[in-house]
Amino acid sequence: MVFTNPPVILASYSVVGPKEGQGPLGKTFSKVWKDQLNGAKSWEVAESNMLQEAMQGSIDQAGIAKDQIDYMLAGDLLNQIISSSFAARKIALPFIGLYGACSTMALGLALGSMLIDGGFARNVLVGASSHHDTAERQFRAPTEQGTQRPMSAQWTVTGAGSVLLGRRGEGPRISSATIGRVIDYAEKDVNNMGSAMAPAVADTILNHFHDLQRKATDYDLIASGDLGAVGLALATEVLKQSGIDMGTAFTDCGVMVFDPSQDVHSGASGCGCSAVVFAGNVMRRIKVGELKRVMLVGSGALHSPTSSLQGESIPGIGHAVVIDA
Amino acid sequence: MANQSLRKPTLAVSPENYKTLAQQYTPKPTIVKNVIRAFAVGGIICAIGQVIINFFVSVGLTSVEASTAATATMIFLGALLTGLGIYDEIGKFGGAGSIVPVTGFSNSIVSPAIEFKREGYVLGVGAKLFTVAGPVLVYGIATSIVVGIIYFLIH
Amino acid sequence: MFAMIIPAFIVGGVICVIGQLLMDLTKPAFTPAHVLVTFVTGGAILGALGLYEPLIKIGGAGASIPLSGFGYSLSKGAMEAVGKRGIIGAFSGGVEATAVGIASAVFFGYLMSVAFKPKG
Repeated sequence: MVFTNPPVILASYSVVGPKEGQGPLGKTFSKVWKDQLNGAKSWEVAESNMLQEAMQGSIDQAGIAKDQIDYMLAGDLLNQIISSSFAARKIALPFIGLYGACSTMALGLALGSMLIDGGFARNVLVGASSHHDTAERQFRAPTEQGTQRPMSAQWTVTGAGSVLLGRRGEGPRISSATIGRVIDYAEKDVNNMGSAMAPAVADTILNHFHDLQRKATDYDLIASGDLGAVGLALATEVLKQSGIDMGTAFTDCGVMVFDPSQDVHSGASGCGCSAVVFAGNVMRRIKVGELKRVMLVGSGALHSPTSSLQGESIPGIGHAVVIDA
Repeated sequence: MANQSLRKPTLAVSPENYKTLAQQYTPKPTIVKNVIRAFAVGGIICAIGQVIINFFVSVGLTSVEASTAATATMIFLGALLTGLGIYDEIGKFGGAGSIVPVTGFSNSIVSPAIEFKREGYVLGVGAKLFTVAGPVLVYGIATSIVVGIIYFLIH
Repeated sequence: MFAMIIPAFIVGGVICVIGQLLMDLTKPAFTPAHVLVTFVTGGAILGALGLYEPLIKIGGAGASIPLSGFGYSLSKGAMEAVGKRGIIGAFSGGVEATAVGIASAVFFGYLMSVAFKPKG
């Protein structure tokens, strides 16, 4: 879809944990926590606080009164998206909870843009969060358990990012979006989610290019979020075989966040990953004029621990949003 | 699942071809390195166990008693190192070398329990103690009962 | 004091390598829980067939510390109790023989979980 009145990105704010702060993008985040809890009594509460902080950060940065904001769109990885709902309890705006696994940020941006372009909202607050310790214990094993993570596994980012979209104002605009379809190529290994999501991302990019009659060179940056190194290579290969050369602009938020020396194997993942990379690094580079047109392809692995135990494969999804400076 | 009919354009790679592609791009576990590490770590843990057995024998226990006492000591050490946050680091290095010994069993008891502490002492710690230990006891005890019954029928 | 250490190291190491190969060569994810269950069951069966006893003689702690040793004690206990008490022994023997291990695992496990905080 192409927006007739492209919404403006008025503000963006990102909060991350210590490990992310030490990564190569550390300096591009608005705030880095000193530890994983930051004074909260549990990791779940910490994640919710983090999201709330990121949300409030965007509101403050834009200098817009709360009653000018019509909706808050947010999501996370936890059961019943408690981090978002609990953060929304404090933000107290009309709230639409989203679940798109790691694609949540892109999904929120697309939906927020639709609300504004459709005339249903003046300003919309969008956010997503994830926390390493809450996600690992829900989806995989307890963190104190002495296990080896396979080389294809990704590391859940501790972080929350938010963006404030508005109908009027100055700033980069969201010009178009492509909502993806659920694609399942029968990957069952929860330690190889990049491989599960790559076909969905490739499919969305393919359809986006087809719909808008564009190619990869029309973009300064195409960032999937978050396939990890394995998934990125797979998506590139699948697109190549489908007749699309991704060139050098194609990268992945999960690959960007950490340095290979940080023992994260295939890269980062989690709702917070693409959210903080977009709200931090990418927005910054758009503002200084380094990037003119960016596509963010949020990718989600839509499985649950229960479905995996029952032997179901992992369905993937990818949502694309395009930002023009 | 695989036979979705999709609006064009669609990817030129079929799920079957993707499977081979995915295998090709997925890094293989470094088996040789893992095996050497598992051997070293597992061996060292068992050697420590032997030292403890020898110690108990030297203070006058029978070999069966010493072996039992050593197992309990190793369980204690595994639990302590897990609590201190050290055992997961050993595990990252040693793989099965730190899982298979009884210290790994102990780690599998403490690690979920400690993580679910905030969910309370009954349904958190108490219940989660047995996430891995439960299945182990179920299969271990059930097997021993079957063995016992068969033994009874034969004799 | 230092007798049997080398055999314990070698036998224990080899048993752990079997576990490592099980994890690395089987797909999808063969978790630590699967490894432990496999070893305890395998040890109990080998013990019943009389194949684990020699390993204990050669390797000492190298065979008794891995979880297969726990399985061996279970089935050995069950068989011995059957010899003394008949069929009821099949139900009591295994747990009796391993009572110290089970009880200490529960006790120390609980103690440590209460004493420490998760670090993540």
